[in-house]
Amino acid sequence: MKEKTDKRYAMVVDTRLCVACKACVLACKAENRVPYGFNRDWLVEVTTGRFPDLALENRSERCNHCSNPPCVHACPTGASHVNEGGAVLVTHHKCTGCKACIAACPYGARYVHPDGYVDKCTFCLHRVRDGREPACVEICPTGTLHFGDLSDPDSDVSILLRTRKYKVLHPETGCEPNVYFLE
Amino acid sequence: MNESLIEVVQGRNNPMIDPSLHIWGWEIPVYLFLGGVVAGMLVLSAALALRDRDGPRSKALQTAPLLALGLLSVGMAALFLDLEHKAYVWRFYLAFKAASPMSWGSWILLLVYPAGIMMGFGMLDSDRRAALLDSRFVRGLHLRSLVMCILGRADAARRGALWAGIIAGSALGLYTGILLGTMVSMPLWNTAVLGPLFLTSGVSTGAAVLLLLPLSTGERHVVARWDMAAIFVEIVLIVVMLIGFATGGHASHVAFSQLVDGPSASAFWALVVVAGLAAPFTLEAIEVRRSLKPLALTPILVLIGGLSLRWILVIAGQASSWANIP
Ligand code: SF4
Ligand code: SF4
Repeated sequence: MKEKTDKRYAMVVDTRLCVACKACVLACKAENRVPYGFNRDWLVEVTTGRFPDLALENRSERCNHCSNPPCVHACPTGASHVNEGGAVLVTHHKCTGCKACIAACPYGARYVHPDGYVDKCTFCLHRVRDGREPACVEICPTGTLHFGDLSDPDSDVSILLRTRKYKVLHPETGCEPNVYFLE
Repeated sequence: MNESLIEVVQGRNNPMIDPSLHIWGWEIPVYLFLGGVVAGMLVLSAALALRDRDGPRSKALQTAPLLALGLLSVGMAALFLDLEHKAYVWRFYLAFKAASPMSWGSWILLLVYPAGIMMGFGMLDSDRRAALLDSRFVRGLHLRSLVMCILGRADAARRGALWAGIIAGSALGLYTGILLGTMVSMPLWNTAVLGPLFLTSGVSTGAAVLLLLPLSTGERHVVARWDMAAIFVEIVLIVVMLIGFATGGHASHVAFSQLVDGPSASAFWALVVVAGLAAPFTLEAIEVRRSLKPLALTPILVLIGGLSLRWILVIAGQASSWANIP
């Protein structure tokens, strides 16, 4: 069910600290019992330039919990919906597996669970509601990942976005992502 | 920029997304194709019936709407096969989501059946009606009184039923294109041209199926002329689509390159543009001008073109995904 709150959950990823150890990926798989062969979060390592002048960017990516989520718009049953703090979730027992949402997501953030429904990152709302951080954030050994509420100006994520340069992925699509990458 | 290299290591490995997208396989293009054919058959047979309301009709034209519903059921079976969570298919009908073309589509499909049955029954002459009432299906299931009742209703609202067929058919044809056209994730799909393009292609493929049936000479003549008009509009829409892609931003260029030098580009030009549009248009023009005996090849080419259009756009569209752009 959609819960009305004024919170705006977001994640901030400090690409300068990430060493691409993939602990976030494994923590998520363990926490959310993500089946073998599937991922709710993943690492993208982008190398640009020409040797020896190279630049490397490591990005821990996941669903962007977009403020204008095309996956939710595309869903015919209401299974894909906006939940607490703007987190985009899938209600498994409403999902027909039509895959309109997978096709609609510009970020490849969704997959079909072997049980037939579509699954994705939940921002670990089950942990967040207990006052804990998402599993990926908690395990990150370098402090790359930050989770918090953008509507609170004193939150970690708000301060980082005020004080550092950042980008979001494919802003041209107009989805208004809420996973920010510090540069 | 051409001096520098870019290397992307993608740690994600979700089937259907990586390494290349194939979210929707053969089922969806087949469904989109049949949806278009059915849309075209309903619109054209209703238009023919409206044009000449009391004139004699060939047996083939009388049964065309009911044949269309049969084809639609095949398409819906393909759609069902594509569902990953089949036991929850009924969830489509517990919600109407105005922002979701898929939701519009599932309700439109439900409206096409009564519209097609009403207009189809209304178009039957007394011989066909007697045959229908006498058929093993109707007698075996004791449906005689129900069929009589529907026939009565269909007669009472014959004109309305024909218009309902045109509206339901157009909605079906249009939505199959809008379904893909609203996806910002796939630059090749994300064009408003796709709705009208799929509708006109549907009219043309629907005409092709009608031309393969034993229509009367007069009906055949009209359908062939309408088909030529539809093919002409389709060519114009494809040109508009290509101009839009060629002159747009980065995403449009990704879409454009899928159609001019992507893996499906040669199939697009050979099967859709040349074999599916230019060739049948030329053949039909010659047949009409010289009053030649119509070739079965012409409608078959149109059908190949219509299926290829959906197939290639579904495949190449997924390849154009933002998820593949670093
Ligand atoms: S990243 Fe994809 S799945 Fe997540 S909210 Fe945005 S569109 Fe939906
Ligand atoms: S696959 Fe499920 S969540 Fe996705 S659009 Fe279809 S019904 Fe909605």
